[in-house]
Amino acid sequence: MTTTLETQEAKRSHSDTRPLLLEVQDLKVEFNIRGGVVKAVDGLTFDVKRGQTMGIIGESGCGKSVTARAILRMIPKPGKITGGRILYYRRPRHPKPGEEDKVEVIDVTKLDPDGEVIRQIRGGEIAMIFQEPMSSLTPVYTAGTHINEAVTLHRLLPIKKLGEQMAEHIMAYRHVTKEEARAIAVEMLRRVGIPKPEQRVDSYPHQLSGGQRQRVMIAIALSTEPAMLIADEPTTALDVSIEAQILDLMRDLQRTTNMAIMFITHNLGVIASMADEIVVMYMGKQVERAKVVDLFYNPKHPYTKALLQSVPRLGPKTGQRLASIEGMVPDPLNLPTGCVFHPRCPAFMAGKCDKIVPRWTQVGENHWVRCLLYEE
Amino acid sequence: MVNYIIRRIGYALILLVLVSFVSFAIIELPPGDYLTQKIEQLRARGDRSAEQQVERLRKRYGLDKPFLERYVNWATNFLRGDFGESFEYERPVSEILGARLGYTVILAIATTVFTWALAIPLGVYSAVKQYSLGDQIISVISFIGLGMPGFLLALIVLYFAVILFNMEVVGLFSPEYERAPWSLGKVLDLLNHLWLPALISAITGIGGLVRIMRGNLLDTLGQPFVEAARARGLKNRTVIWKHAVRIAINPLITILGSDVFPSIVVGSSLVAIVLNLPTIGPVFVDSLRKLDMYLAGTCIVFLTFMLLVGNLVADLLLAWVDPRIRLD
Repeated sequence: MTTTLETQEAKRSHSDTRPLLLEVQDLKVEFNIRGGVVKAVDGLTFDVKRGQTMGIIGESGCGKSVTARAILRMIPKPGKITGGRILYYRRPRHPKPGEEDKVEVIDVTKLDPDGEVIRQIRGGEIAMIFQEPMSSLTPVYTAGTHINEAVTLHRLLPIKKLGEQMAEHIMAYRHVTKEEARAIAVEMLRRVGIPKPEQRVDSYPHQLSGGQRQRVMIAIALSTEPAMLIADEPTTALDVSIEAQILDLMRDLQRTTNMAIMFITHNLGVIASMADEIVVMYMGKQVERAKVVDLFYNPKHPYTKALLQSVPRLGPKTGQRLASIEGMVPDPLNLPTGCVFHPRCPAFMAGKCDKIVPRWTQVGENHWVRCLLYEE
Repeated sequence: MVNYIIRRIGYALILLVLVSFVSFAIIELPPGDYLTQKIEQLRARGDRSAEQQVERLRKRYGLDKPFLERYVNWATNFLRGDFGESFEYERPVSEILGARLGYTVILAIATTVFTWALAIPLGVYSAVKQYSLGDQIISVISFIGLGMPGFLLALIVLYFAVILFNMEVVGLFSPEYERAPWSLGKVLDLLNHLWLPALISAITGIGGLVRIMRGNLLDTLGQPFVEAARARGLKNRTVIWKHAVRIAINPLITILGSDVFPSIVVGSSLVAIVLNLPTIGPVFVDSLRKLDMYLAGTCIVFLTFMLLVGNLVADLLLAWVDPRIRLD
């Protein structure tokens, strides 16, 4: 694991200077099911800086959503984190005087998944929105009730007192009252672009459209002013026009709040417009990581290249068949030896790719790939 | 909403008339009538005088009139609060049922409270700790409860209580309080006798309820909104009770209406017969066997009435707890 740590240090020294928020190191998640062990996430390493948007992309079942849930310690049974660390650089949300810049490093993987600390982080410091806005709101509670729940749980208001030098000092914090929570709910609904928020705050989920429900989900997530938002395919279930609106909204809100976003999707077009940096995953392994421009203009891994080629394009060349990746997604219980992508890889080198497990190799500034083509 | 309730009550009334007519007809179906049975009994005892009185008795009970006329007579009197007279007891039906109604209601309420207070937490535990040892034990017990008839359980309890522990479990009162006026001692004595039949009826009722609660909750726990609630940082207990159970319990409200309300009239009749409880159930079963039609008919009408009221109450409750089915 020392190599991983060194590479993180090296990377930090000559790139993005924003402070670290989250550092995932060699994360491993396994599901012990009847047929054997599924390595849902196998050796994932990346970091997220404050205000940055990190994209995670890959096919269905590649471990994107499991990664998101691992960060919040919400992996469904029988999944388990079996290795690695998830370091969260926590700043006090309600700092006492003089402690505003104190950073506490928490290894999320060591926390009790039902404990106090992870519950403060969940929703309060790292919020999450989901793929199915249609069913992510509890049907018997209004939009306002949902926001109230998050706000009363996570948001404290300062009680200000006049100090000795007649300056304002924050002495303590108190929970928000019912009226304040409702005011916050209305304000949040207005910010996510829901018309007539004073009335909509009392709407039940079934009275809202899919796009509005996802806006409400975003309002709930942002009502606690989190440091990071995990968006797990937030627009997959929505119309394309609504998708564009939601993405615009997320970008706008990110700009005004300096919140980091971890954006999970299988849609290359969406990720290109959202992310600063992208991790490409295949069968639980990260195969490439690069800045968004590098990844789209200079992809290294054959899988990334194949993914980019399989995006339909409008243009002069009509009548051409859409490129697809050959072969089938392998059985997760029975992964190929060597490089997991070798049975489908157009650049397959017999005797090498099926025997040697490729290492995580740097191929450019902030550009990493796991492929034998780039190993000396 | 008011319109809806009025419409529902209208339907209920029509249904009530139909049910009373059909049940009256069905009681009429077996050959003979109450008097045929009575005469058989008398003849068996060697009493021949009754045979000569048959026609006179038929006339007295109105059994010589055609079926339709008797039904209409009974039905119109029913509306005036006169439910007719029981052949068997030779007393007005209202008097017989009235004397037993209080205990029946008390027993039904006690049973319901036992059933629900045990079934809901057990079902929730079973679902939350799916496949754990506790879940397995609860599942086995609830299957036994589902499979075992209440009267059999009552017989087994009776055997152990009487033979092994020398307890008195029959009836709702000890002999010394049976005819005594109401007092604190009598109430305590009632409670002392009440819990066992209530528990026996509850155990057989719990099985199904636990399984339904467990199944519903497992479905609900897999819903995205439960995960979303957890992702807001809510405590596990809040997630389960406020978001999952709150949704999973809705179908049980329908059961509350169609099960609990009718049981107020004829709840656990067979258990009551075994334990010799002074409730309406045994009287109802007996009246059907003996073609005591006004008594049986009255019981059936009240049973139907409670079922209809129960369903209406359940639907209104459901609309109250679940905004998705609220009628605007």
